[in-house]
Amino acid sequence: MISRFLSAAALVLAFAAPGHAQDADAPIQQLLQEHSEIIQDSSRRTIGPAIDAIRDSGLPEAQLVLERWAAREMWLDEETGLFVYAEEIDRDTLRIFDFATAEEIGEVSDENYDQLKPNSGIRGMIGSALVKFQLSDPDPAARIDALDSLARNGNESHLPVLRASIEDETDPEIKTRKERLERLLTISFGATPEARIEAMDAFRGDLSVDVRAKLNPILATRTSAGTALPDGVNIARELEPGEDLTEVEAYELLVSEGLAPARLTDDMQRRTLQDNIDGDNVGGVPVASLSSPEARDRAYAALVEAGLAEAAATNAEVAQAIDDHVFYETYLEPNQAVTDAAEDVLNSIELSVSLNQFFDLSLDALSLASIYFLAAIGLAITFGVMRVINMAHGEFIMMGAYTGYVIQQIIPNYTVSILVAIPVAFAVTFGAGVAMERLVIRHLYSRPLETLLATFGISIALQQLAKNIFGTQARPLTSPGWLDGAWILNDVVSISYIRIAIFVLALCFLGIFLFIMKKTRLGLETRAVTQNPKMAASMGINPDKVNMMTFGLGSGIAGIAGVAIGLYAKVTSELGADYIVQSFMTVVVGGVGNIWGTLLGATMIGFLQKGIEWFNPSNTLAAQTYMIVFIIIFIQFRPRGIIALKGRAAGD
Amino acid sequence: MSRTFLVRNPSILVFLALLAVFTIAVTLMSEAFGASLISTSFIKTLGKTLCLCLVALAMDLVWGYCGILSLGHFAFFGLGGYMIGMWLMYARTELIVAESMSNAAIPPTDQEVVDAIGTQIFGVVGSSDFPPIWAFAHSLPLQLLMVLLVPGLLALVFGWLAFRSRVTGVYLSILTQAMTLALSLYLFQNESGLRGNNGLSGLQNLPGVTASQAVVSVWFLWASALALAIGYVVCAWVVSGKFGSVVRGIRDDEARVRFLGYSVEGYKLFIFTFTAIIAAIAGALYYPQAGIINPGEIAPIASIYLAVWVAIGGRGRLYGAVIGAALVSLISTWFTGGLVPSLPLGFYTVDWVDWWLVLLGLSFVLVTLFAPKGIGGLVDIVTGRLTPNRHGADYGPDKGSLMEEEGRK
Repeated sequence: MISRFLSAAALVLAFAAPGHAQDADAPIQQLLQEHSEIIQDSSRRTIGPAIDAIRDSGLPEAQLVLERWAAREMWLDEETGLFVYAEEIDRDTLRIFDFATAEEIGEVSDENYDQLKPNSGIRGMIGSALVKFQLSDPDPAARIDALDSLARNGNESHLPVLRASIEDETDPEIKTRKERLERLLTISFGATPEARIEAMDAFRGDLSVDVRAKLNPILATRTSAGTALPDGVNIARELEPGEDLTEVEAYELLVSEGLAPARLTDDMQRRTLQDNIDGDNVGGVPVASLSSPEARDRAYAALVEAGLAEAAATNAEVAQAIDDHVFYETYLEPNQAVTDAAEDVLNSIELSVSLNQFFDLSLDALSLASIYFLAAIGLAITFGVMRVINMAHGEFIMMGAYTGYVIQQIIPNYTVSILVAIPVAFAVTFGAGVAMERLVIRHLYSRPLETLLATFGISIALQQLAKNIFGTQARPLTSPGWLDGAWILNDVVSISYIRIAIFVLALCFLGIFLFIMKKTRLGLETRAVTQNPKMAASMGINPDKVNMMTFGLGSGIAGIAGVAIGLYAKVTSELGADYIVQSFMTVVVGGVGNIWGTLLGATMIGFLQKGIEWFNPSNTLAAQTYMIVFIIIFIQFRPRGIIALKGRAAGD
Repeated sequence: MSRTFLVRNPSILVFLALLAVFTIAVTLMSEAFGASLISTSFIKTLGKTLCLCLVALAMDLVWGYCGILSLGHFAFFGLGGYMIGMWLMYARTELIVAESMSNAAIPPTDQEVVDAIGTQIFGVVGSSDFPPIWAFAHSLPLQLLMVLLVPGLLALVFGWLAFRSRVTGVYLSILTQAMTLALSLYLFQNESGLRGNNGLSGLQNLPGVTASQAVVSVWFLWASALALAIGYVVCAWVVSGKFGSVVRGIRDDEARVRFLGYSVEGYKLFIFTFTAIIAAIAGALYYPQAGIINPGEIAPIASIYLAVWVAIGGRGRLYGAVIGAALVSLISTWFTGGLVPSLPLGFYTVDWVDWWLVLLGLSFVLVTLFAPKGIGGLVDIVTGRLTPNRHGADYGPDKGSLMEEEGRK
């Protein structure tokens, strides 16, 4: 007996040796005690005043209490009736803390403590109450986090808290965000229609997605039918059967609302007939003859007469029923002023969205145009200036891209490897171009169609060679980190940095091409040889050498284009083949032998393709098809391209 | 007339005799009618090769004789295949549907049958309605007419547009290539109504025919051989005589023929459309033997291969096109089928399945460079027809003038 008492006392001593005595008179504890009963009751219906009291107490510890409570870490000392928060050390031991000081009281057995377990409803309410503290948290990052979470799932209860926190906000940027969020929430949860309309008006022309996300639900509608337009509902519009909805849809609506009997479908008719087969006849009609619709109708009519089937609505009845009813869309939002305002604001937003979309599309088209230009500029030299059809041009682009890939395997730093890859790709394809010119094309200058075929042979050989070396799967050519991401102007207009880089590269190439052709000796000689090889030769120009250099230059540029294209498209052995037809189109449409024509051709094709895609966004295949058809027709009217050479330079 | 025509073109008789001997020999070695020395699948390959010879004939007519390097004739070939494929697929599905519906308690109405066929055919692209281009698919005669009309009209319209605006040479080649690309991209869409990239399949089963594939394959071999024979004679007839002279004149110098008062556009348009129809017929015979057609078959590369065959065989002579198509396509099958033993080089083993295209591409370059007459040029050596040695400086200001070496003779 004594020993048991002693051991119990020792246990009590061991646990209840508080390093710190709890202050029962602290204001926060007083407040909790005041609401002790409803807190313990823990019912969603009654808990409101307690949470509000804690939130509005103005006590610095209020946030701590709410956080611990929501986290199910608030415990009640059954002896003293005081509230503490605690960490569970193991199954029966707690480390308890005082709310007032946030200091540890000690480790105790959980025997005398009762855990408060708020249900999810109450935790939601506590969470809402906590928003107040998060919104005025001294740490700006925490405030931004709170705003982000409110923007995602804010509700009615957050509105007053948010409003209250605006005034004390010190950071002007966060203050603007708070004000904006307050208006957004007002649109959905504002107390009066006037307040909601006022909040909407502030967003006139705003491009952000979140505004549209708030406004669109207000305009959600539901289609219904009735004998007359009902009063007291917010009707969006009346629907005219045959115009706004098909007669079939209209009748289905009537059937689904129980306003009309179902129409007899062919399927139902067949099933009914099947169920009523009597020997070899259905309703007196032989089964074998039921392969015609008229026989089926006769058999069904006989069944109806015999009372074996339900009479179905005839076409006349259907038309009558549709005539007798009105069809309309109602807004789920009952207040008409609100829906009108929302529609008005959405219209203004739509307008600026479409303007911005147009701008965005133009940027897209420009970047596509610069890709085509890059792919075609090498061709503009070999085909445009030298009149040599190089079907292997696409494979030179592919070689450039694979060169970039190989360099990246050797040099791990992406920035350095791209900078190295560009000159190396130029060198590799320059060499390949010169070799091809020397070995093949030189012998075929007088036979252009055969140049086409011979270079095509080289093209399939190179393609298969690439497949044998690198395999059929796509190889990545990774762009350096500083080219990742996009330049975002607003929620509608954005363009990735890599596309900007390609655009800049295309402009550089244009400059380089113009410089070489107009300002260097090679350019002068090239133009001379192009116009009249014999005369040029008699002036001391070596046409063979000039042809070789020019062809090498065109091929080398194709290699650099390959690096650029590889950065945003996957590198496969078919990379070049994908571009070859478009590249030739670009040169032909622009006008052979003129770099400005190539530029115009690329711009036209790029804008055209994006424009067609805009009408039919889901289908890029169709866009390409229509674009090619357009080009074929375009060539009818300007067979020599946009900028046609005149006089002797035009040749043939 | 016929006598003189044949006498003037002895190669026709030689060709027809060889074709007849080939067909009879294959028949006698087939599983169905003879000694079972050749497998059914190889007979199909031979039959398909005959169809490819026919389309190569068309290509030779338009390129080798008229000088239009069309990179679109395989598109017409594919369109012909699609047109016959529509009927084959419709009729066969109709039989299957009718059979499955014959067990129903109530006989189906015509509309129900059509709906069921639609669901069967278009289920794979998530649709069940027949697009308007299938309007004639139920009738064999109408659809056979479509085999001729659809590619013919396409060629007529395209050719009229292109020749009218005097698009010539490489520009025309690129334009025809663009047309081919547009067509294949269009067919790749599900909205085209021809089952998108699934294409048409099961074409090897002739509806209502119970004979085994071994027998059917020989039938198709005969049909292909007959078509090739007729095609060869008709093509030879077209290019002989005055018409053929004008066509060759257009190839050699279009402007001069125009100045002589001939309607160059009319001649070109006729040849272009006529060869498109021949290509379509070849396609209509080819795809029932292949069993499946999809838009990939129409891709621009196929038309370029066609040009490769004709170039290797020898342009400007009809038997050259046939030799080229037969030889290259059969060797191609042989190499890509993995039948050729690998070539060990010690450090690397050349697997011909991977390296065949490299070999073909390079040999093509070599033929273009060193043997512009192709394999058919070998015949000239036998018959003693040699080209003049045109090296050396020219005597006059024009391309056609005599060269130094010729002048010395």
